[in-house]
Amino acid sequence: MKKVVVIGNGMVGYKFCEKFVASEKFHNYKLTVFGEEPRRAYDRVHLSEYYAGKSAEDLSLSSTTWYEENNIDLHISEMITKINKKEKAVINHRGEKYSYDYLVLATGSSAFVPPIPGVEKEGVFVYRTIEDLEAIKYYAKKLKSEGKNQAAVLGGGLLGLEAANAVKELGLQAHVVEFAPRLMPRQLDQGGSDMLKAKIEELGLHIHLGKQTKNIEGDHVIEGLKYVDGSELKVDMLVVSAGIRPRDEIAKECKLATGIRGGIIVDNTMKTSDDHIYAIGEVALYNKMIYGLVAPGYDMADVAVSQITGNTKNIMKADIDMSTQLKLIGTEVASFGNALHEGENVDTIIYKNKRKGIYKRINISKESSKLLGGILVGDSSDYNSLFQIYNTAMTLPENPEDLILGNRNDDNSSLLGDVMDLPDDAQICSCESVSKNVICSAIQDGSCNDLGDVISCTKAGTGCGGCKPMVKDLVDATLKSLGRKVNDIICEHFEYNRQELFDIIKLKGYRKYNQILDNYGKGDGCEVCKPVIASIMASIYADTANEETTIQDSNDRFLANIQRNGTYSVVPRIPGGEITPEKLIALGKIGKKYDLYTKITGGQRVDFFGARLDQLPKIWEDLINYGFESGHAYGKSLRTVKSCVGSTWCRYGMDESVSFAIELEERYKGLRSPHKIKGGVSGCIRECAEARCKDFGVIAVEGGWNLYICGNGGANPKHAELLAEQIDNETVIRYLDRFLMFYIRTAAPLERTAKWLDKLEGGIEYLKQVIIHNKLDIVEELESEMKTLVGSFKCEWTQAIQDKEIMKRFNHFVNSDETDNNLVFVPLRDQKMPEPWK
Amino acid sequence: MEEILEIYKTTTIENVTIWFEAGKVSDFLKNSGACIKYKNKQIAIFNFERKNAWYACQNVCPHKMEMVLSRGMTGDQNGVPKIACPMHKKTFSLDTGKNLDGDLTPIAIYPVKIEDDNVFVGFVE
Repeated sequence: MKKVVVIGNGMVGYKFCEKFVASEKFHNYKLTVFGEEPRRAYDRVHLSEYYAGKSAEDLSLSSTTWYEENNIDLHISEMITKINKKEKAVINHRGEKYSYDYLVLATGSSAFVPPIPGVEKEGVFVYRTIEDLEAIKYYAKKLKSEGKNQAAVLGGGLLGLEAANAVKELGLQAHVVEFAPRLMPRQLDQGGSDMLKAKIEELGLHIHLGKQTKNIEGDHVIEGLKYVDGSELKVDMLVVSAGIRPRDEIAKECKLATGIRGGIIVDNTMKTSDDHIYAIGEVALYNKMIYGLVAPGYDMADVAVSQITGNTKNIMKADIDMSTQLKLIGTEVASFGNALHEGENVDTIIYKNKRKGIYKRINISKESSKLLGGILVGDSSDYNSLFQIYNTAMTLPENPEDLILGNRNDDNSSLLGDVMDLPDDAQICSCESVSKNVICSAIQDGSCNDLGDVISCTKAGTGCGGCKPMVKDLVDATLKSLGRKVNDIICEHFEYNRQELFDIIKLKGYRKYNQILDNYGKGDGCEVCKPVIASIMASIYADTANEETTIQDSNDRFLANIQRNGTYSVVPRIPGGEITPEKLIALGKIGKKYDLYTKITGGQRVDFFGARLDQLPKIWEDLINYGFESGHAYGKSLRTVKSCVGSTWCRYGMDESVSFAIELEERYKGLRSPHKIKGGVSGCIRECAEARCKDFGVIAVEGGWNLYICGNGGANPKHAELLAEQIDNETVIRYLDRFLMFYIRTAAPLERTAKWLDKLEGGIEYLKQVIIHNKLDIVEELESEMKTLVGSFKCEWTQAIQDKEIMKRFNHFVNSDETDNNLVFVPLRDQKMPEPWK
Repeated sequence: MEEILEIYKTTTIENVTIWFEAGKVSDFLKNSGACIKYKNKQIAIFNFERKNAWYACQNVCPHKMEMVLSRGMTGDQNGVPKIACPMHKKTFSLDTGKNLDGDLTPIAIYPVKIEDDNVFVGFVE
């Protein structure tokens, strides 16, 4: 088994491992990886999201166990200090030696700090790692507590602007200082830069162009920047983002060939001057260039894997695409091909719209009428199409200005024509090098069924994400070509999505499933559309699950949750988790009487397991006699509103969280929705009720409640997002009424609030506009709809046990009073459980 | 566990030797199912009222061997009548017993006839 050692666990180093694991010959090699940072490789491209609440773990590129699962030895916080080429070994900072057959240098780069006098002063930072971001965050906090708030970013490139936005997010006044006369000088021309500058200045950033810094002022701590032209800028903090410098120290030390201005020289196989050593990513000097983008780094990783495993045909292309598309401080910016091309044989078409903040430019070859490159600022929605036209050298339309002005004939045709007309080898995702052919074949050969499958199996769209719309179009078009349904219709019986059905049912006033199936559907229906329509009617008419039992999902039909052996569980409602000793004793008595396995749930209530179908009505009769009602644990409806004990008892409590939780649970109980809904109320920011893991969470703060929405635990945990701050009880309820009703109306079947918000264009900001600022002019409607539902709550178990017809469905047999003789229970601690499945 | 399945064998109408009276039409909810007991067998019966058709199959789901199919939801897939198990939504054709969304063992199917408002299921003895 050959030993491959990788130095560096950044994005490219990780990509190398990922590609290696995927290669056929992986089992012939043993991979050992060294990373000097204290954590696994993370997504540096989206580093600024760290301030937006993403944790280091969220940014991580792999799971904790990925390396182990793939038998890769990962050494983090371990620095390699020496390479011994002769012995083919590397030595770490502790002097331990590791031998290799192949060595891969993916050491990346560090931030370049220009030699300006004073850069060593306190308050000067770089923007590169999570540790840098943490240091900046703490310093910003300290400044604010001292009443200071001016921060500068040195460098108006891509990363500098990211850094400036991050600094602004921390609550500081951000100044961008750039030596060149324009922003993003490598990607944008003057017109593009002017537009971008205007847009971000509107957001409160200050831009200083054409400024060369002479020195940093202040004794020990930074106080300002002094420019060469004699002017000054008073600042309390400086973040340097003036480019990158390859981390080639160990390469130089062992005498590998390096460039004059740094970088390890590699050929098109990524090999360095030593036959057993490869270099990839930002440390590699290829074609006399360092490439500071992730896409070429990934290509290099791919080439190195191929070369090491014997596929020597895979080499690095000669010209490397430096196209970029991103959202900078809320502004879309893209640049592709030769964006700044000037000259006699080039025609340039420019569209500038100051009112809308849009600048577009395309460069066209005079001779061949091909697209050479272009710039988009303010609206980059055409980027994917333009990039494909450029990259595949497609012939331009008769009026090339249509490419940036849009098709002005009213026929809705796309610029690009049909995505399926693209050549098979057109590269759709440049971060992951995925071609059109790979995407379409994944659907054609049956290995993938939808967009989600395609993304997870080809990795297309997992890098910058810019190509996702085109990937979706390709998936849809391929599915369509195979005669498969592509839209979000709920099932084969209805050509509508949930929202459309909701509107139809409401408009027509339908009350029966068959009416809807006869008029708008076909066939006999199925287990998908029946419960969806039951839920919609329940949401419109405040129906209980007893309304039309045969279309209810099976748990709703029997008003209980079916468990592993076909018996059911029973959960009475305990609002807010508050219960008297008497009621607890009553629950104990019932559990004992029916010999039920008993457990406390995560939602602060009691769950009984092992009830036979025929026992359900008897158990409920007892529960109702003791004053309980249905907990709707079986339904896609409000489950619980969890609470901490709050200010009535807790010495830290800011408000009465239990009282409020009970009020909310009582208000929304029985509310049927696209999926289950959970709530939480905490009495202070210690958040003992874990309210931010819920669909709605309310937390008491100084001056009111903070309202969070759209969180969940489960398979994809997500923290709820802040909707409103410091609001009173009435406002919480008003916003919740609107939010829940809006969700119920518009979500897809079985879509939790978090996923719904994820898909909602404009996200939480848009939702604030709708719910708080009444952008759609529907809040009154939403509130009155909710009022109807809240006012007509009925306990469906009370309803059921009073109705003989309903009771019939709880007999196991139609023609016998016997019970299911197939049930076998075995002892478990002091209780029982169903016999395990074989 | 598999022995549970051994007593259930698909029966075609030609082979029926005994028509067992399972109950009245009104005992069965429209467009839904219910379970009957015949000797040691649990049989699920489905009333597809929309197309005036009745189907019967074993009550046990071959996935996890629980007696639950009668509590599932009825429907059709491209015109083929089907039942979805309430446990994991596994679906089976009520025409052939074939598992429609996987390759589980097919379920046994039994013929049903209606005479004078009575529901009969056919077995081979």
